[in-house]
Amino acid sequence: MKNTINICLGLLAIGFVSCEPEFDNPVNEEGFYDSGSADFSNYVAVGNSLTAGFADGALYITGQQNSYPNIMAGQFEFAGGGEFTQPLVNDNLGGLLLNGTQIADNRFVLSVGPDGNRAPVLLEGEPTTEVTNGPTGPFNNMGIPGAKSFHLAAPGYGNAAGILSGAANPYFARIATSANTTVIADAASLSPSFFTLWIGNNDILSYATSGGVGVDQTGNIDPSTYGPNDITDPNVFASVYSQEVDALAASASGGVLINIPDVSSIPYFTTVPTQAIPLDAATAAAVNSQFALYNAQVLPGLVAAGFISQEEATARMINFSAGQNFPIMTDDDLTDITPILIAQGIPADTAALLGQLRQVNNNDLIVLTASSVLGTQANPDIPNSIIGVAVPLGDQFVLTGVEQGRVATASAAYNATIQGIAGSKDLAFVDARAALRQVAQGGVAYNGGVLTSVFATGGAFSLDGVHPTPRGYAFTANTIIDAINAKYNATIPKVEIGNYATITLANNAPTQ
Amino acid sequence: MKKVVLLAVFALATVVTYAGGYRVSLQGNKALAMGHTGVAVVNSAESVFFNPAGLVYLENKLSISAGVSGVFSTVAYQNEALGTYAETDNPISTPLYLYASYQATDWLAFGLGIYTPYGSTVEYEDDWAGSHLVNSIDLQAIFIQGSVSLKVNDKFSVGGGPIYVTGAVNFNRNLSRSLTDLEGNRSEVTIDATGVTNWGWTAGFMFNPTDNLRIGANYRSEIILEAENGDADFENVPNSPLTPFVDTQFDASLPLPAELTVGLSYEFCEKWTFAFDFNRAFWDVYESLNIDFANPQVPDSENLRNYKNSSSYRFGLQYDVTKMFTLRAGYYFDETPVRDGYFAPETPRNDSNGYTAGLTVNVGEHFQIDASFLYLHFKEVDASYDYYFDQGVRAPFSGTYKSSAFVPGLGVSYKL
Repeated sequence: MKNTINICLGLLAIGFVSCEPEFDNPVNEEGFYDSGSADFSNYVAVGNSLTAGFADGALYITGQQNSYPNIMAGQFEFAGGGEFTQPLVNDNLGGLLLNGTQIADNRFVLSVGPDGNRAPVLLEGEPTTEVTNGPTGPFNNMGIPGAKSFHLAAPGYGNAAGILSGAANPYFARIATSANTTVIADAASLSPSFFTLWIGNNDILSYATSGGVGVDQTGNIDPSTYGPNDITDPNVFASVYSQEVDALAASASGGVLINIPDVSSIPYFTTVPTQAIPLDAATAAAVNSQFALYNAQVLPGLVAAGFISQEEATARMINFSAGQNFPIMTDDDLTDITPILIAQGIPADTAALLGQLRQVNNNDLIVLTASSVLGTQANPDIPNSIIGVAVPLGDQFVLTGVEQGRVATASAAYNATIQGIAGSKDLAFVDARAALRQVAQGGVAYNGGVLTSVFATGGAFSLDGVHPTPRGYAFTANTIIDAINAKYNATIPKVEIGNYATITLANNAPTQ
Repeated sequence: MKKVVLLAVFALATVVTYAGGYRVSLQGNKALAMGHTGVAVVNSAESVFFNPAGLVYLENKLSISAGVSGVFSTVAYQNEALGTYAETDNPISTPLYLYASYQATDWLAFGLGIYTPYGSTVEYEDDWAGSHLVNSIDLQAIFIQGSVSLKVNDKFSVGGGPIYVTGAVNFNRNLSRSLTDLEGNRSEVTIDATGVTNWGWTAGFMFNPTDNLRIGANYRSEIILEAENGDADFENVPNSPLTPFVDTQFDASLPLPAELTVGLSYEFCEKWTFAFDFNRAFWDVYESLNIDFANPQVPDSENLRNYKNSSSYRFGLQYDVTKMFTLRAGYYFDETPVRDGYFAPETPRNDSNGYTAGLTVNVGEHFQIDASFLYLHFKEVDASYDYYFDQGVRAPFSGTYKSSAFVPGLGVSYKL
């Protein structure tokens, strides 16, 4: 009897295969979504860390899996998209080794201390990604962390021998097809049917994140003379950018050019308040007395002698009061009065302290990394050597109003170039600057939350304060998909960004 | 140690496959072939379940019926805006029944039933789009029922008895839409409870105004399944005080709703029988599925259900072709207890239409083979579950669902 039952059930089961529930319009049936006039069969993404899926200060596997190109490629599969390869690193720690020596830190994770304080810490562990032993490209994702516009077209940028000198990039060296190839050449060798290009961020960002310690190279059209933290000349940018687009577009049915967001939209510059120093009335009075001579005699004397303008003297006045105060800082755009003061008989160390001294003001942006420095002792043996009060905050921790102006001018020029080339070459254009400003100013609502750029809790930015979280990258992917659908009459579905993770929680030591 | 509750909760989740909530209306091949009617039908020991009052009218000293069904069910989900698609890969479940009726005297009969009116397995692909609501559910519940049937006179009888339930449940879902460990594995919880037991009862009457017409009514009590100290197993949880999910015990309760069935059967043209049942299930008792974790650091889980009472309408027809063969067919309409906005993928259940057929073959004087077939059809429906909260913010899970179930069944009856 049991056999009979089994046979009957088995026979019936065969009959049922054709009876499974089927939708009137199944999404997984070919033709439900339309690629329009674009061909997604061989999508290639070119860019920097943002394209690579860099997050939390490192490149690690799950970050790469949540890169915006990988998310987009997943959606392209609904409309003819093909395989999308990525140069996945070896682990989820993120650090890099060069011949066995660690040259890049592991990722940040959010850790909770015994006192309940939450702070980003480096995830502990021995990284296993060896630059000299990487997979060989090219890959569909050619996002190279750290690359500037002209790097993509620079031969030797992937030569491991040049990494320590700064001439080459470890992330490209890991996957470059040869020592002298270029990122663009490797990408173009894939003959992309569709491409995205998002480059130029680092042409201003490294200047900005380093607090403007670099040089604005506007006017210098030889990028081989640039330092790592310099601003790229807009004409250099326009020239290489145009070549790069041409190389990628040669074989492509279409492509997307993405512009450069404002630095003031990212939490690296908006998290630490400018009035970061709390003082009580007595301390403020005591500190002010230290600067009384400087305010009342030195500055007016310098103006009278014609060394500085009255305007600069006003900007250099130091004044603390009870409550939250602006820290003192070194500003390399001020006249360096150190030699003048020394000539006046002021001790050298005091003269150096006052040399380019002013108080931070509301036009400045203090960078995220200053949070671990502000209020600490510059010299552990000197209790009142408090950074921001008695010792100026280093120039690298403040992006001043003047420096922001240089960044804004350059990025406006880049963005004009990007939009212009998108127009002239009939490519889709994504205004990432506007999209990110929306995230920063009020946020973007999604199903189940609001995406903002508030550090750690806003959901959009990872713990390095610069790079997006998976959720931020998903928002980026949706923004680009919108532009593709509009430009190419495609109907690529977007993703549910609430399903993508934000920052990673982890304590290095076991918790109780 | 009544661990029934959780069971019940998850039983609800299995509604997909069958009629009514997490009910699995497959309690007899003869009845199922007639649209699962039976409250006013007297033809076998299946009356132990459908209406014990009818047992006393059985013509044999001893009647035994046993059978099994094979449930082939699939739920498909898609969201056109997102391109997400999922289809359950449910193992075949095999609800069973065994009924026996013993005619002690002309006016008194005893019955015993073992059956599985709740129980199923629903398995979505791990980490699918709705994995924060359910990855998989496995519910098993066995009902054991004793019955007494008393004939008041030739036209009227009453019957009823106690029901003992023992069950087990295993349920897995992801902790949220996005939480993972460092390697990107989704954080998840599995709760497991076995040996969840509780008691209920059933009672009914049968009235035979003429030789051809029977009228019946049967009430089955609510049974609250209360799982206590079940095991909650958390996996892939980040090592952080901010995610304090550690393995612990849990309590939960799930109501199996009361239901009332009234109906009639009518014999005509000698060889034909028509049956109609109206069934009302009092699902409004199922307001929320709450899981109370023993460890105070582990946040409790509250899942609004807010079911409404629902009705089903059942029609069946029987034709005695020859001495050897009896043919049956039926239809029922089953109203969903799920309200708009409460459509969860663990219970993706909208109104359904059931089409049934079957036959009995007499093998000798004492022995019968009963076969039945049910096709349960759900219309494609756009629906959402609006009461999932992501860090306090409402995050509806919506899409299009389509379900169906094919249930062949085979049984035997023995009469002495």
